[in-house]
Amino acid sequence: MTTLQIILLIFLLVCAISVSVTKDLLNAILIYMSFSLIMSIIWVTLQSPDLAITEAAVGAGVTSVLFFVTLKKIHAINIEKGTKELSDTDINTEAEDGLDEQA
Amino acid sequence: MSRRKTDEEYSKTRAYKFFRWLKGQTDYTPDETVMDMDLMIPISDATDTVERMKDRQLNIDSVYDENSNKMLRFFAVLYRVVAVMFCIVLAALLVYNVSYLPPVGDPDRPTSNEVPARYIEKGIEETGAVNIVTGMILDYRAFDTFGESNVLFVATITVLVLLRLNKKNERNSESDDAADDHIYEPGDDLILQTVAKFLVPIIMVFGIYVILNGHLSPGGGFSGGAIIGAGLILYLNAFGFEKTERFFTEKTYKWISFFALTTYCLCKAYSFFCGANHLDSHIPLGTPGAILSSGLILILNICVGLVVACTMYTFYVMFRKGDF
Repeated sequence: MTTLQIILLIFLLVCAISVSVTKDLLNAILIYMSFSLIMSIIWVTLQSPDLAITEAAVGAGVTSVLFFVTLKKIHAINIEKGTKELSDTDINTEAEDGLDEQA
Repeated sequence: MSRRKTDEEYSKTRAYKFFRWLKGQTDYTPDETVMDMDLMIPISDATDTVERMKDRQLNIDSVYDENSNKMLRFFAVLYRVVAVMFCIVLAALLVYNVSYLPPVGDPDRPTSNEVPARYIEKGIEETGAVNIVTGMILDYRAFDTFGESNVLFVATITVLVLLRLNKKNERNSESDDAADDHIYEPGDDLILQTVAKFLVPIIMVFGIYVILNGHLSPGGGFSGGAIIGAGLILYLNAFGFEKTERFFTEKTYKWISFFALTTYCLCKAYSFFCGANHLDSHIPLGTPGAILSSGLILILNICVGLVVACTMYTFYVMFRKGDF
């Protein structure tokens, strides 16, 4: 095992722990992306370039993009604030929905 | 033979009282006090409802507030401690078991039997593929890869069934989605468009290279298809749906997937039929190292690449918009 591999494995551990510790979902996805990128370099050093290409394309590329879209779909990415809070407008719309259902 | 009781008779039985109590209409006491649900919560106007919603939210907040609820705080701490302990125990177990694995390259390990020996010794001769991995997954184990392509196809169909919007309901949410898109993804981003103009052709050509060279260099259908799918997604993000819908719609997806999977199935069915009956398949293997060599592997690679690229792109479109 070379020094490069040891450094990469330590990076991998740091990434894996910080994904589970971080609170922000957007940061978690970005860390996961870097995890995949480091993993693909490790595949190259382990002499399996097939897996490295697939890991870089699927793990770092497509999966992260799908995660981003999912976050957008559930309105977890907010531009003004980090998290979405229950504001007055939300309560109003909910109440109107309730009235509509009763009517 | 049981006969249905009349309402009057039924109202005197114990079961009637029990079910009314269960529905919350009465107290189950000898002298009944009828609780009418409409009287209990008068609905006067919208502002009153808003006040009630706020009160309810305050109640919920106080119940789930860790400072006022001791039980909840205890469980939060317990949950964290147990989660950390579980992770440590799991990691320790895995590491302990990994230490029992035989070292890499050991001739006595159970995986080094006659199967990999044959792959390495006769792989090029039998499949014609310089890249032994592609020779394995698309010749010796082509049936597995066919299953994987079908899994991708079924996954796309599931996503289509679950996330596709009904055309009638689409009208209502159209303005909301447009507003959302405007906030999160500005339509004409000059930086993104300029970068995409440079990058998308390079990504596409690289993906096509990875697919076509699958039997010569690292890569193959799956990775090349994923690269092309990523390029399509980048193009879509930069230039919007109007540009992509000119060449990729639901119909395109349907026909590409259908033709790719059918071609794969027919090609492999032919070679399996010949192989099982000890017939000569008459498929030339060519000289190893040339681009037109290794028999069916090139065709199968193209089929898998098409299916994967379409699947990736369709996943993205379904998550973004819910419709082609």
